[in-house]
Amino acid sequence: MTETITRPAGVRLPGSPREPRPWPLLRHGWALAGRSLTKTRRNPGMLLEALIMPVIFLLMFVYLFGGAVSGSSREYLQYVFPGVLVLTTILTGQVSTGVSIVVDMKKGVFDRFRSMPIARSAPLLGSVLADTVRYPLAVAMLFGLAHLLGFRVETDLASALAAVALTIGFGFALSWLTVLVAVLLRDENMVSWVAFLVPFPLVFGTSMAAPAETMPDWLQAWAEVNPVSHAIDASRGLLLGGPVTEPVTMTLLWGGAALVVLAPLAAWAYRRRM
Amino acid sequence: MTYAFEAEGLVKRYGRTTALAGIDLRARRGTVLGVLGPNGAGKTTAIQILATLLTPDAGRATVGGLDVVRDAARVRRLIGLTGQYATVDEDLTGAENLVLLGRLLDLPRAAARARATELLTQVGLTDAGGLRVSAYSGGMRRRLDLAAGLIGRPEIVFLDEPTTGLDPGKREDLWSTIRSLADEGATVLLTTQYLEEADALADKITVIDHGRVIAHDTPAGLKQLVGGRTVVVRPTDPDRLGAAARVVERVTGRPVEHRHGGALTTPVDTARAFTDIVGALGSAGIDVAELALRLPSLDEAFRGLTGVPGPASLTAAARTTTRTTTRTATTRESA
Repeated sequence: MTETITRPAGVRLPGSPREPRPWPLLRHGWALAGRSLTKTRRNPGMLLEALIMPVIFLLMFVYLFGGAVSGSSREYLQYVFPGVLVLTTILTGQVSTGVSIVVDMKKGVFDRFRSMPIARSAPLLGSVLADTVRYPLAVAMLFGLAHLLGFRVETDLASALAAVALTIGFGFALSWLTVLVAVLLRDENMVSWVAFLVPFPLVFGTSMAAPAETMPDWLQAWAEVNPVSHAIDASRGLLLGGPVTEPVTMTLLWGGAALVVLAPLAAWAYRRRM
Repeated sequence: MTYAFEAEGLVKRYGRTTALAGIDLRARRGTVLGVLGPNGAGKTTAIQILATLLTPDAGRATVGGLDVVRDAARVRRLIGLTGQYATVDEDLTGAENLVLLGRLLDLPRAAARARATELLTQVGLTDAGGLRVSAYSGGMRRRLDLAAGLIGRPEIVFLDEPTTGLDPGKREDLWSTIRSLADEGATVLLTTQYLEEADALADKITVIDHGRVIAHDTPAGLKQLVGGRTVVVRPTDPDRLGAAARVVERVTGRPVEHRHGGALTTPVDTARAFTDIVGALGSAGIDVAELALRLPSLDEAFRGLTGVPGPASLTAAARTTTRTTTRTATTRESA
């Protein structure tokens, strides 16, 4: 009676990549993103944290370092804002997304989803998609505040919107890193710690707050290869003028690469952890 | 195909722990299979394999004729799962939880809402549908969880200890919902630690322990297998325990099993023996403080089936069962 299962070649295992079709995956992902947003609305604490962080960073940079770096806060604001925009979409929701995925896995909510005829990765996609709805909120707030402080877009509306779309897309791609970490670590404290720390070298090891030339060689080298540098250059180009094609292309390539590598990796790690 | 689900020789190991050591489970369409066993017996692992949440290390299982490993995606269209831990979202309302699951099953929004309302009524949560689950009691959560497993009108329903931790009254409410599922033609697999529950709901019972099946029978057959009923006699005057034992031995024709704490216990073969003992004690002028006919408890079932006493958790469950039966069968008389 007891016999070892032999899996003939080509036979699908549950949750194998052939199973999800893009359309149902997106539809189920959106339904689950709706759940995540309802939860955010009911527990505004996490959202508030996500919205306040970039504001604090912006104020801190402008008023603490502005004078030292650029000679005036007003001038520095023009320099630093495009970078803070990228920082916002990278940091917003990272910790809360990671933690909520771990909680869902522990509580058995995902067990029910996994017993349903939906792609196994749909709940993960849902968490990340919900972030893309939170981003515009954070970005709008940031723009509003910066405007009050005196920031002015030096290009045109279309370019500014492109900057917003690009940074949101880039943030979406990078948030799969948190998902991967959450699925691998499965511990709320570890995840919030890692999701908080990992973005730091990515975001701050760039020309966001100060020109790379002012940094020590090793940091300059890192800023050169850091993909976030491209996103910041692109954001600057689109908001203030200057070279656009190259940094935007690089940002799209890096974002696309992150998405193509991290999302399937996270989905794979999640399925493997049955 | 006569079986709604069928598992053969399922083995599942976690490192050096063997959760399942080769178990068989099957149920005919439209019947309720009770899987009875103590904590750690492998009940949840078995259900998770059938519900495609786990893959077995060896053995095979089919649900609705489909292999749970190879055809997992299609199996998921047939099944509904209610886990041991409530798998509903605390931050959403009861209705929102059900609507979300309906949407994930590709019901149009209006249909998902209608189905949610229907199920909330069915499990008696109509008034609580708009409340957040975090405000629900344990029993309400269990009922919502059951409803959540039924959204897609599954042909096969897996219920993992659906009543653990519920008050007896609430438990019976849930029982009637589960019974109505089977009446409507669904096949139900129910795991439980309570013999009483398996007895009340199941057409067939599979008893598992340490990852092995130790018995599979109808509830009546199982009780026969487990052994007879016992009578407990506690004379009002502890000094008359010896006299009481002699009276009981004369009626049953066998020695009294044990005597301690001022009470004696003896197995009886027929219900008639109980009334005979009552009469004989009366004629002998022995007053009794307690006189009870006990049905076999789960603990005794395990002792009977495995030859070893049930684990501690089981003893607690068995005590509940015993107390209930004792309450109904105890006669306090002074003859």
